Amino acid sequence: MRKLEPRKREFIIETVIRAAGFSAIFFVAIIFLFLLKEGAPAFWQVSLGNLFGQRWYPNEEMFGTWPLILGSLLVTVGAVMLALPLGLATAIFVRELAPDWLREILKPLIEVLAGIPSVVLGFLGMVTIAPLVRQYLGVPTGLTAFTGSLMLAYMALPTIISVAEDAIDAVPKEYRDGALAMGATHWQTIWRVVLPAARSGVIIGVMLGIGRAIGETMAVMMVTGNAARMPHELTALFMPARTMTATIAAEMGEVAQGSTHYHVLFAVGILLFVVTFIINAVASFVVIKGGPRRGGRLMG
Amino acid sequence: MKGRAILALMALMCLAGCGGQTGQVGTAVPGAQTAIQNKGSDTMVNLALAWAEAYGQIRPEVQVAVTGGGSGTGIAALINGTVDMANASRPIKDEERADAEANGIEPVEHVVAADAIAIVVHPSNPVDGLTIPELAAIFSGAITNWQEVGGEDRPIVLLSRESNSGTHVFFLEEVVRQGRADDETLFSTDTLLMPSSEGISAEVRQNPNAIGYDGLGYVTDDQKVVAVAPAEGQPYVLPAIDTVKDGTYPIARDLYIYTIGEPQGAILAYLEWIMGTEGQAIVKELGFVPLQGAE
Repeated sequence: MRKLEPRKREFIIETVIRAAGFSAIFFVAIIFLFLLKEGAPAFWQVSLGNLFGQRWYPNEEMFGTWPLILGSLLVTVGAVMLALPLGLATAIFVRELAPDWLREILKPLIEVLAGIPSVVLGFLGMVTIAPLVRQYLGVPTGLTAFTGSLMLAYMALPTIISVAEDAIDAVPKEYRDGALAMGATHWQTIWRVVLPAARSGVIIGVMLGIGRAIGETMAVMMVTGNAARMPHELTALFMPARTMTATIAAEMGEVAQGSTHYHVLFAVGILLFVVTFIINAVASFVVIKGGPRRGGRLMG
Repeated sequence: MKGRAILALMALMCLAGCGGQTGQVGTAVPGAQTAIQNKGSDTMVNLALAWAEAYGQIRPEVQVAVTGGGSGTGIAALINGTVDMANASRPIKDEERADAEANGIEPVEHVVAADAIAIVVHPSNPVDGLTIPELAAIFSGAITNWQEVGGEDRPIVLLSRESNSGTHVFFLEEVVRQGRADDETLFSTDTLLMPSSEGISAEVRQNPNAIGYDGLGYVTDDQKVVAVAPAEGQPYVLPAIDTVKDGTYPIARDLYIYTIGEPQGAILAYLEWIMGTEGQAIVKELGFVPLQGAE
């Protein structure tokens, strides 16, 4: 085979790479259009009062999505409250405090953590964590939103740690040197100088963690009990909940194609998309408002 | 990372899309291999597998492919014409029948076995018997403490299968609504909807507050089965083959197989075998209730 001219070769490679780049946009657009096409009929087949009602019971044409939206938010917020302090502390420890040999052990272990399949975690949660939650918290059942939060926190941790750690690592050495030279202690340097400088990167890590948590399905379906109840009281975190993802996963397999229920499940997918988008937008806004800093790049 | 997830999604969608079209409708060609597609109720999936396996021993030229998914899934597949036989733990709904007829398919019903729905609690629970009205009050959320039905002072945790399972629908109609067609009572919103029978038994095994229901064939020794009375003052009966057959156990139902039109050829032979002595012996072995007079 004759070798191609360098210019032609360059052209081919560039075209292929460009196509690959655009394909991501293309696929996202296609998926969104598909979601819209299948989900939109729900908004005129079902009255809005029903669609945003408080009872989800598709067998009787009750398609209230509030319990599902609030269930997803409850589990996700719980997960972030657990994962954020733990993830941040781990990132600080690994990057700022741990000796080199320990860091070399910890980093790959954290990556292994990310590789555990969620169904395995879900099974673990159902069989071992749920009974412990029931016994030690004195709640009627261990299958609660909190148990789901625990599982999700565990799953979001590797993401939060890795991204936060990179952000901390990217803070210039001069910042630390300056702080130490001014007489700040090690801890003061970390807390007052390094973390604020790495803030936007840390927030992105948390956002990615939330993204992982709100979209997670299998583990949540196995440990949250899937009761579509409205979280009216403060203790709702320790009661069962049903998330949007678990609802889609549990019901899509059995639904008759083209039925109202089928369209409503896609509409729930659209709602999930919207909720995730709002969370991301709010986070970007927070990052931008704080002004760009070194140590982490802006989103979107 | 995002790109990879999307690729995976595309691959999945492709798989799902292709999967629906591979079901071949079995036709009886003498002397050739015959494939029968059988899909539906998760309650019946073990039974259907056992039938298919035993039948394969005596008629190796007939291949029965069994998949679960739920009664609704099976009937939906029958309506689309992708399976030959649909297993269902509930009778076909009127709208499903209408859909099928619109598709030019006439579903024909065959009762192939019966099943008792057992009420299960934690072994340490002192409650031995419940009436149907008590069960209705418990599962609709009117009774929330075991004390009210003669148990310990504990909250009641309700366990149910997902709302698309045939067992769930049957329990709603016959127990929660006590068989009244005009009753619109629903399960309590606090009811935990478990994706599998295993989910129910795992929770019942370890939680003394729990009460659940499931097909008798799925009840293991480490759960306690509660006796059920149709009403206050009537005898409490435990689920068993005898009590289902003589009609004294109140929560029992028929299990169905639906075929496309009157069965013929290999499908007819298979159905006759299922309803015969050998097929019904397997029914009994797996903890279901055989048909009357089939022993």
